[in-house]
Formats: sequence, structure tokens, C-alpha cells
Amino acid sequence: MATNVSDPQYYHKVVDCQWGCPAHTNVPEYIRLIAQGKYAESYLLNRQANVFPGVLGRTCDRPCEPACRRSRIDGKPVAICRLKRVASDLKGDIEEFLPKDPGFSNGKRIALVGCGPSSLTVANDLRPLGYEVTIYEKRDQSGGLMRWNIPAFRLPPDVLDYEVNAILDTGVEVKYNSPVTSMKELLASGFDAVYVGSGAPKGKELELPGRHDGNAKSVIHIGIEWLAGVHFGHIEKIEPRVLIIGVGNTAMDCCRTARRVGASSVKVVARRNRKYFKASPWELEDAEEEQVEIVENHAPKRFVYDQGMLVGMEFEQLAWTDAPDGTQSSKVLGTTMIPCDAVILAIGQDNSFQWIERDIGIQFDGKWDMPVVDKTTHQSTLPGVFFGGDAAWGPRNIIWAVEHGHQAAISIHQYCEGESVKERPAYGMNLVSAKVGMHAWSYSNDYNPSPRQKMQHEELVKRFESVHTEVELGFTPEQTAREVERCLNCDIETYFTGPLCIECDACVDICPTNCLTITGAGDEADLRTRLSAPARNLDQALYVSDALPQTRRVMVKDEDLCLHCGLCAERCPTAAWDMRKFELIVPLASSRAHATA
Amino acid sequence: MTSIAKPPVRHPSLGKNALGFTRRDYEGAMSTLCAGCGHDSVTAALIQAFWELDVPPHRAAKMSGIGCSSKTTAYFMKQSHGFNSVHGRMPSLTTGANAANRDLMYIGISGDGDSLSIGLGQFCHAIRRNVQMLYLLENNGVYGLTKGQFSASADVGSTSKKGEPNIQKPIDPALLALSLGATFVARSFSGDKAHLVPILKAGLKHNGFAFIDIISPCVSFNDHEGSTKSYKHTREHEVDLAPVDFVPLRREITAKQGPDAGVTSVTMHDGSILRFRKTAREYDPTDRGAAASHVRACSERGEVATGLLYVEEGGEEMHALNRTVAKPLVELPFEELCPGNARLQELMAEYR
Ligand SMILES: Cc1cc2nc3c(=O)[nH]c(=O)nc-3n(C[C@H](O)[C@H](O)[C@H](O)COP(=O)(O)OP(=O)(O)OC[C@H]3O[C@@H](n4cnc5c(N)ncnc54)[C@H](O)[C@@H]3O)c2cc1C
Ligand SMILES: Cc1ncc(C[n+]2csc(CCOP(=O)(O)OP(=O)(O)O)c2C)c(N)n1
Ligand code: SF4
Ligand code: SF4
Ligand code: SF4
Ligand SMILES: [Mg+2]
Repeated sequence: MATNVSDPQYYHKVVDCQWGCPAHTNVPEYIRLIAQGKYAESYLLNRQANVFPGVLGRTCDRPCEPACRRSRIDGKPVAICRLKRVASDLKGDIEEFLPKDPGFSNGKRIALVGCGPSSLTVANDLRPLGYEVTIYEKRDQSGGLMRWNIPAFRLPPDVLDYEVNAILDTGVEVKYNSPVTSMKELLASGFDAVYVGSGAPKGKELELPGRHDGNAKSVIHIGIEWLAGVHFGHIEKIEPRVLIIGVGNTAMDCCRTARRVGASSVKVVARRNRKYFKASPWELEDAEEEQVEIVENHAPKRFVYDQGMLVGMEFEQLAWTDAPDGTQSSKVLGTTMIPCDAVILAIGQDNSFQWIERDIGIQFDGKWDMPVVDKTTHQSTLPGVFFGGDAAWGPRNIIWAVEHGHQAAISIHQYCEGESVKERPAYGMNLVSAKVGMHAWSYSNDYNPSPRQKMQHEELVKRFESVHTEVELGFTPEQTAREVERCLNCDIETYFTGPLCIECDACVDICPTNCLTITGAGDEADLRTRLSAPARNLDQALYVSDALPQTRRVMVKDEDLCLHCGLCAERCPTAAWDMRKFELIVPLASSRAHATA
Repeated sequence: MTSIAKPPVRHPSLGKNALGFTRRDYEGAMSTLCAGCGHDSVTAALIQAFWELDVPPHRAAKMSGIGCSSKTTAYFMKQSHGFNSVHGRMPSLTTGANAANRDLMYIGISGDGDSLSIGLGQFCHAIRRNVQMLYLLENNGVYGLTKGQFSASADVGSTSKKGEPNIQKPIDPALLALSLGATFVARSFSGDKAHLVPILKAGLKHNGFAFIDIISPCVSFNDHEGSTKSYKHTREHEVDLAPVDFVPLRREITAKQGPDAGVTSVTMHDGSILRFRKTAREYDPTDRGAAASHVRACSERGEVATGLLYVEEGGEEMHALNRTVAKPLVELPFEELCPGNARLQELMAEYR
């Protein structure tokens, strides 16, 4: 069976970064726009998918990067995330291209609980359609964890303000200092739909002996609360020797913040070894650069006091062994004391839904006491009530919160229009030849061997002066110019027209990474064993053509390592191969409205 | 021509040969031939064959004349020696080079114009001398480089791009080589690497002059309807008389297979084995007379006979025929190579 390339998901999957991005950001196109100096266009293209390019260009978990094809070619992905920041930093005045107050109402009112990234995305998508949007926010500021948990040295407040205000300024009503304390009441106030984007606001406790002894109250902190305390100015100092328990994202922000508010010795203590850390490798690097020590294989046992003052924590030293079934078991080697004056617990977050009555039709699962939410529609068991972001299935990250917002906005719109929320709008695509002349293409097809550019950081002394000093300085123009050229343009697709092929082998012979083979037909598993080069990456598709005219063999392409260099198309005498620019059309609540209007 | 050079990155799982080289290490400069030219596929097949045979590039010399085909020596093994001679003179250049240094591997690449028109005499005499070399004739029925005039291999009735039929009888280089006593005569097709690569490897290992006529379509001037050297016509009229597998020496030792019925095996000079697969028509690749009549009969029926048509391993190549010293002449000290006037006078005296 020949591959169906008219299914938008086929080429979408070839664009590894876009496929890896929860919001399907069109990465290669925004990188090309940066290369052309079109920063505003690049920013707006980003914004369409991920809503917060300036924030995400500094803080995104960047699932696109491990997916990036370039990393399979020379070991290091394109610095996709930091290029996004370049577009944001250099976009200039784009006021006129940002969404405006629509100036009309479609007569529907929706309530959003929480003013974090997921609710803001829902507002961003629905406000242009004339929805009257009211956000209820517990605190007196917008942005959710992006504001009071992500430290200012990673995300300057003005960058966040700009992107949050771009949404709020379209006429979104925010009720600050207004925690929703009863879902029942909220539902009774006549909204057409409710979106719960209240996050996972509760830091996990660690009930060990001594947790509440002595001076515990003032020196043992819950990570996310402590970070919020620093943000709101309630906390300005910490003791000199600090232990951080846990090694996730929160731990990384806690240890680095502690260095800035007076700690001279900071240790992050983990139960397991590095391979299993939740923090990203780059976060660990940044922390270690700031002289934070990472201690592996230590399980916390108790808090140790001397005359009511915390003096340390006792740990069991563990040795882990891998079982064949993939699980790990530990053996205790002994106990040790690590001295400290303060401890920050950064072992995770929980949801908190006491404010949702259990008798109003919103079903909660018995095991985790979490609402039952449909994975696609985001609707709870009570029609008209939707969940997204960290509130839906527990803590994740900003880009997922955004994607949840997009999907929920589609559902809310369909719900309010009286349509089924199950029937999702289809993905579409454009596919246009990139040929602009004899051996001339609309993209730079040559392979650039530059290594991944390294982000420059502020000097250590300056960094520690204030929590507000941004650490990453951004790419220099030269670095940007090099990094954009590392992108392989995976959205410029090889497109094959079998009936034109004369089986001369020119494409097969020229391909630098041996992607192509002309061979007898067979099923995929069989074909994979007889290609020009081993095709062992099963995550990557094989393209298989219909039977070729002269010999009835088939053209097979292993997408894995294609450089998108276009040489196959240049060497093809009959233009059976062409390079075509693929554009994924991602359905959004707003685009769907245009389609029906 | 292409807009860019082939990127230097390679597939990370590409195999390495005994010398630690990947196929990419046997490449040369970017081809400037037309996209889809059969000659480029022959180049790729050669790269594959050199890689598989662990050929050390610095021990090979690539020789050619003039024509698109003759340009291809630039497109593989960039670390090798080479000489791009004048039109039709590749055989004598190679003869000279081989006379001077018998230790190099010689790969001569020519075209049907280069070998069958201006260089016909040279071609014939290289066969007669049995110069140890691989001689490839990339046969497209036209002078590609000079824009598609019929060559001496064009069939009667085969039409030009504008529709004019050829009226002169063709020279079949394989038949010519058979009649001149060549000890290795094959025909293959650029569009079928599975067929071509084993024959190239056998040719590189042959003791003596190894001749391969390779149908190698010219996409720009001779790949149209009406041409008898097009991809389509070749595929439709090819008859593989003597399909062959090349079993190199070291593999034969590890995987010894019993002789199966209908299979002719020929042991080569270095111990490698040629294993002929059985074909429908009774065919003996070691019988020169029968081979010639089979090939002729095929061509009379309009078929293109391919395969390793004839092989004879026991022959004597040029140096053996001439009883030259085992050491390459280039390595002999000058005094030994040219012992001086006194020695010459002594020699002359012997004949007086
Ligand atoms: C320390 C730390 C660092 C992080 N760093 C990163 C990072 O670098 N990159 C990344 O992608 N992600 C990061 N995350 C995760 C990321 O911040 C969250 O996944 C994301 O903010 C979730 O968005 P959300 O809209 O679902 O919820 P939140 O951002 O949590 O927003 C929820 C909002 O709801 C409000 N609220 C809660 N309950 C109520 C109620 N009952 N009534 C009214 N309002 C209510 C809260 O005050 C808050 O404003 C980090 C998280 C932490 C804790
Ligand atoms: C002495 C001399 N005469 C004529 C030419 C013009 N000429 C260049 S290439 C060529 C024929 C090449 O044909 P062929 O060997 O078949 O090579 P192809 O281009 O078809 O591969 C001729 C006649 C020349 N270069 N030198
Ligand atoms: S090389 Fe470019 S287009 Fe390809 S996956 Fe990486 S960033 Fe995306
Ligand atoms: S674009 Fe074509 S030639 Fe280039 S790597 Fe991909 S398949 Fe190979
Ligand atoms: S003119 Fe013909 S022989 Fe010459 S390069 Fe072009 S296709 Fe090949
Ligand atoms: Mg020719």
C-alpha cells in the first residue's frame, strides 16, 4: 500500500519539532522568518500557536528540541526555544497586529477560574469571537505560576506583562482577589460555560520526624510557597546553608533563588541518580554553574535539631539496581547527616478542588480524587464545565497548558453553538512547490555544519546581586545568524510523483544520508531490512510509492535522516521528486469561526 | 549541476569496510553531468564495488578520454591517481602507465564515441596486449558531450531525438572484444546495480583485460521513444544470459557451499569465485565460440544480451606475456632500469 501523503499528519510527523510541540508551533517557518530579519512576522506566527512566545522563548520545557532531526545528524538539536526569544526580543512595535477588543458580544458569557496560561489561552481564542469572558483569580496578579513561581532572573516581569496584557486588553474582565469557593454558586450565576484553569496550587508536604519541631516554622519551607513569598516580597533572606529536597523544576528554581537571597551553600538532594531526575539537563547545568551541589541517591529520614534550632537532616544512602522489567530497587548502604540551617521541600504539587462540590454532577475518580475529564474535549462529566492546564491531569508545563486552552476553547465554542464537542475540526494542509528556478529553491537548502550556539550568561557576581537580573543574555546577531542555518527545514518536503520516475537511480545515488531505495514491494517490516542504509528508528515513517512504471518496484524513503537538501529533486531528470513547502493548518476556535462565517 | 555540493554528513549507521572507510569515503567531486545520466549510476556502482572490495584509493589510477562518460573519473575516489587523456587515447595511456607501474589498479572509463569511433584502434590493441585493467564502456548510442550525434554503437532504425533513424550498422563492443580474444567480456546496465556491482567486482579481480559494456542511457539526447538505448527499451529487451554472483576469497572460506546443479563456478586468479546462476537458455560462459553466437543471436532478435558473457582466468596479462620483472619498473633504481652505454654495447655485441 502506497503512503497517503494527502493526510496532513504524514508530513506533520516529518516536521519533528512541530510534531513534538504540544501546540504544533510552525518552527521551521518561524526560524526562516528570523533568518530573513522578519522578527515581527516570526513572533506573530509563534503567537498563533503558543500565545506566549516571549515567555516560552525563555522558559519552555521545549519538547521540540529532543525531537529535532538535527540532533540525529550532529548530536545537538537546533536551539529552537532560544530562537523564539530572538523573535520576541526584536519584534519591535507590533501593536497593530495584536488582537483587538472585538467591539461586539455574541451574547455568550463564560467564566474562567484562575488567571494562568491555560485560562489566558481560552480567553485569547474566544474573545475575538465576541464571548464575554470573566476570569476569577484568587491572587491580586495575573499570570499564575508563570509570575510568582518562575523567578524573575529567568523570566523578566515586563516580558510576561506584555503577553498577558495582549490578551487582557481585548476586553477580558479579571476579578482579582476573588477565589472561587463554590462551583455550585459559580454555575448558578448564569454563565454559558465554565473553564477550570486553577492549576495545581498546593505544594507537597514531607511528613518526617521533626517536621514541625523547634524553629521549623521559620526555616522549613514548601518550595512553591517559598518562591511565591520571594516574588511577593514577603521573603527577602534565607539562612546560609540550605538543603533542597527533590530534583524537579521547582527544586531548580528554589536552589538558584536561595543563592540570590543569601544562601552561601546550597545542596539539592535527590533519592535517585541523574538518569531519573525530573529537571531538564540544561536546568541542572545552570544550577551547577551557580555552585549548587547536586547530591544523588539520598533518601531523607528526619530533621535534626540542637536546642530547638535546625542543624541538619539525616539521610539514608541508597544504591539502586535496575531490574530487567525496567523497575528499580534500592538497598540502604548507611545513614548520613547533612548539616543545614534551612530546608526547602520541592517534591511536587497537588491539585486542590475542595471548592468543587461533589454532588453537582462533576465526577471525581476514587483513587486520586481528580475530576474525570475527557482527554480530547476537556469536558468534565457535567456538560459545559471544562478543565485544562495543571488542573486537568496534574502539573505539567506552560506549553501544555496553552494547548489545553486551545482545545478547550474549541469545545466551549462548539458547546455554546449547540454542536457536539466530540466532533473535532479537521487539520488541513497546504503543499506548494518550493522550486523558484532551475536548481533554485525558496529556502536555503545547503547544509550548514555550525555547532549549536551556546547561550551567553550574565557574570556570576552580577547575577547574585538581585533576583531580577536576567541570567540569559540572548543570542548575539552572529549567533542567531549561525543557529538559524542549522535548521534543516523539515517542512520543505520531498514529494514524489511515481508515474514520472524512469528508475535511473539518480536520487538514490546522490542522497547524502542514504534515505532512498528503489526495491521490490513488501510490507514495512520487510522493507526496513533491505534499504540503502539501516532504517532502525521505528518512530520515523517510511514513505512507499505505488509500483513504478518500468519495473513495478517501489520507491521507498526513510524519513529519519533526510536533510531536506533537495538534491534528490535537483538530480531527478523528470521532476518526479519535487521539494514542496508543507504548512499544517491547525484548527483553532477562531479559525473555525472564520470557516463557518 | 546541482545548486550545492553533497553535504559532508553521512548516515551514522553506514557500514565500514576492512580499511575503516564508508561508501562516502569513495566519493569524488560533485557530478556536473545531466540529472539522471546513466553514467552517474555507474559511478555509484563503482563506489559500491571499491568499498566492498576494500580498495585502497591511493593504489588505484582512473584513466579516461573525452566525453561525458570520460568525465566521470572525477566523481569517485578523489584520493586516487588519474589521467584524463585526449579523445580515444585512454587505452594507450593506460598501457603506458601499467607498463611503468604494474602494482596499481587501473580503471579505464570510456564511451561508445571515445572507444568505437576515434579510439577504436586503441581499444583493440589494449585487448590484444591484454593490459591488466578494468575497461568500462559507458554505452549510450550517442556522443552525449557534443549534443547527441549517433555513435558507432547506435542500432539501425534507432531514432534521434528529432525522429531521424540511424542507417549505419552498429559495432557491438562485446562481440568485438570476444573476437579479439578478450578474457573477460560482460554487458550490464546502469539502471540495475544488483546486476552491475558483482560484475564490476569480478572485473576488478580479473587477471587481464576486463571489458564491461554498460548500457548507460543519455537522458538528454537518447532516452526517448524510438531509441534502443533508453532506460525503457533496455529494461524491456534485456536478456540476462549469464547472471553471476561474485564470491570474494575471504567469504568463500567461511561460508563454503556445495556445488548445486546447473551452477557453473569459475575460480578466479586470487581464489575468489564466480558463481553463475542457471538461465533458461543453456549458456556456458567459458565457451568463447558459443558465447559469441548466443550474443549475436540475441542482437538479431533485438534483444540486449547481458551478464558475464565470457571469462577465462588462465590467460597471461601484458607483463606475464612480456616476461617483465615482478617489481614495478618505477621502483627499479635508475642504474638498473637504464644500465648505460657500456651495457648496451655488450648487448648489441651479442647480436653481431
Ligand atoms: C517553580 C516552578 C517553575 C516552573 N517552571 C516552568 C518552566 O520553566 N517552564 C514551564 O513550561 N513550566 C514551568 N512550570 C510549570 C508551569 O508554571 C505550570 O505548568 C503552568 O503555569 C500551568 O498553568 P495553568 O494555567 O494550568 O495554572 P497556574 O499557572 O497554576 O495558574 C492557576 C491560577 O489559578 C489561580 N487559582 C487557583 N485556585 C483558584 C480558585 N479556586 N479560584 C480562583 N483562582 C484560583 C491561581 O492563583 C493561579 O493564578 C513551573 C512550575 C513551578 C512550580
Ligand atoms: C580529437 C577530438 N575529436 C572530437 C572531439 C569532440 N568530441 C568530444 S566528446 C565526443 C564524443 C563523446 O562520445 P562518447 O565517448 O560516447 O561519450 P558520451 O558523452 O556519450 O558519454 C566528441 C566527438 C574531441 N573532443 N576531440
Ligand atoms: S531541523 Fe529545523 S525543522 Fe527539523 S526538526 Fe529541527 S528545528 Fe525542526
Ligand atoms: S532531500 Fe532528498 S537527497 Fe536530500 S537528504 Fe532528503 S531524500 Fe536525501
Ligand atoms: S548529455 Fe547525455 S551522456 Fe552527457 S551528461 Fe547528459 S545525459 Fe549524460
Ligand atoms: Mg556516448
